[in-house]
Amino acid sequence: MDQEPILSVQHLNVKFSLRGKVLHAIRDVSLDLFKGETLAIVGESGSGKSVLTKTFMGLLDANGWIDSGSIFYNGHDLAQYKTEKEWLTIRGKEIAMVLQDPMTSLNPLKTIGAQIEEALKLHQNLTGPAAHRAVIDILTDVGITEPERRSKQYPHEFSGGMRQRVVIAIAMACKPQILICDEPTTALDVTIQAQILHLIRNLVHKYNLTTVYITHDLGVVANVADRVAVMYAGDIVEIGTSREVFYDAKHPYTWALLSSLPQLGVKGEKLFSIQGTPPNLFLEIKGDAFAPRNPHALKIDFEKRPPLFSVSPTHSARTWLLHPDAPKVEPPPVLKRLVQEVSL
Amino acid sequence: MSEQKTPLLSVRDLKVDFGTRRHPFHAVKGVSFDIFPGETFGLVGESGSGKTTIGRAIIRIYETAGGEVVFKGQKINGKISKELDHEITRKIQMIFQDPMASLNERAKVDYIVSEGLYNSHKGISKEQRQEMVHQALLDVGLLPEFASRFPHEFSGGQRQRIGIARALIMQPEFIVADEPISALDVSIRAQVLNLLADLQQKRGLTYLFISHDLSVMRFICDRIAVIHKGLLMELADTETLFRHPLHAYTQALLSAVPVPSPDLKQEQPPLSYDESIHDYSVDPPVWCEIEPGHFVRGNQKELEAFREVLREKPE
Repeated sequence: MDQEPILSVQHLNVKFSLRGKVLHAIRDVSLDLFKGETLAIVGESGSGKSVLTKTFMGLLDANGWIDSGSIFYNGHDLAQYKTEKEWLTIRGKEIAMVLQDPMTSLNPLKTIGAQIEEALKLHQNLTGPAAHRAVIDILTDVGITEPERRSKQYPHEFSGGMRQRVVIAIAMACKPQILICDEPTTALDVTIQAQILHLIRNLVHKYNLTTVYITHDLGVVANVADRVAVMYAGDIVEIGTSREVFYDAKHPYTWALLSSLPQLGVKGEKLFSIQGTPPNLFLEIKGDAFAPRNPHALKIDFEKRPPLFSVSPTHSARTWLLHPDAPKVEPPPVLKRLVQEVSL
Repeated sequence: MSEQKTPLLSVRDLKVDFGTRRHPFHAVKGVSFDIFPGETFGLVGESGSGKTTIGRAIIRIYETAGGEVVFKGQKINGKISKELDHEITRKIQMIFQDPMASLNERAKVDYIVSEGLYNSHKGISKEQRQEMVHQALLDVGLLPEFASRFPHEFSGGQRQRIGIARALIMQPEFIVADEPISALDVSIRAQVLNLLADLQQKRGLTYLFISHDLSVMRFICDRIAVIHKGLLMELADTETLFRHPLHAYTQALLSAVPVPSPDLKQEQPPLSYDESIHDYSVDPPVWCEIEPGHFVRGNQKELEAFREVLREKPE
């Protein structure tokens, strides 16, 4: 990909202060997001995937701050933004977000139409009949039938899937450049999930959106993503096109994550599971954060943070195993089955 | 595989209603299945389909509106004797979905795990009780020291283990696992699944596994029943169900599951299930065993079509 990145994160560090202690949530992350691509960020809960994208919109909780690093968007460094006024030029207008739970992200006291209009008024100065027409258009766009009638209804009159469509409609109302979907389908049933993913995919094509998916469901990732970034303990440990990450993973954590897919399990045998627990981010992490849980860990893994080794122009991983002097370690054989025969 | 065996638990035409008598909501509309000793029986469906309701009706949390639940030859729903009630409370245990919400925040692990013993093992000494707690914690892969801690000190996976220990200490024969891993992370999920399988092998436990995650179901269940709006649509051996789903709803459900392999991505929208394809006005549907061990719901015309499919099925 020789395109210009639309958003570029450089050496970002995010910290939180919690009960008098400092939690290092994002540890020196660099990431380029290219125009029109769909990037999926995967990782366990607490790996910092949500925190990372929240910094793009200035939505960190009050006890969190960007310690160092920069986020370039359109020539501006978002990491320097301080006031709400500055953020309002980005939030919703340029970068919009779809959150996990459609039950809680809508206002129960306002009609759907009013909630979409609110966004239109704030960012596009549309009011009255023009705004109403825009609302109907957007609702039609996200596949809500009878938009005229539905726009006058309240969130409780909508099912979970329909509510998520409304949330997407609000996010799309201001024609953003980047759409961040934070676990958009985790709270939904599989059948509804498939519909919503299909809808987002169509919108992405139609408006040439750049999308960031945050999820821990590798099935969803394989279906939507052009590129995949794997996060562990506040760091991106591997990034590449989705074929590279699924079929030719290099980092032991990615191996572990893929091997624990129940689809790869053989009935009656043990499913692969990662031993131990993620590191405590209150403590300073020395070396590779995954080393204590990594059966292939080298001595250096406990001492020095591995650099990002590049495997191909689009694929790189942060593991000492890619160092020319490192012993050859083969990925777990079970991963070959991902290529061959995973059905369902 | 199962003809000779007698079922451990039999559900016959089970009905559960909510709401008032005048305006009842039929959550479960007549469901029948058998669960055999030592197997893992899966119940899969979307939210609101009634899968949790069935699980809860079995352990007597919900009253049944009709039908029978038979456990080891005895009817256990409706009015039963106090002794039997006591016995099945011990023999049928439940594991809940959210380990964050299902543990008492103000109690220590010791009490959480042993709470059931205060009712069923009234005579035992404090030492015996502690011994049992330690053993239960060891069984689920936790350290006995953890007994003196509070739930908030544990991670999600460890909390779910505490939930399992609490069920195990009663030495149950049958466990209703209601979405036991849905709230857990991918890497922890595998640990808990392995633990459940391990315990089943060691103790000969029987599970009713309720979930909406078909990929997990395929890995852990021996047989799966698909439920939709309070009615079973199809029931078969796991592999039969995944390879040759007959009912339109099962097919739609299976087509919606995302495959974790980028080369196999689904570009088209998944099949959608439309109930209006069934014309049940003249010919009401029945629950029929269409081939040994494979049940499906349909009317005579549909069943004939299913039989046709089965005849053409490559062996």
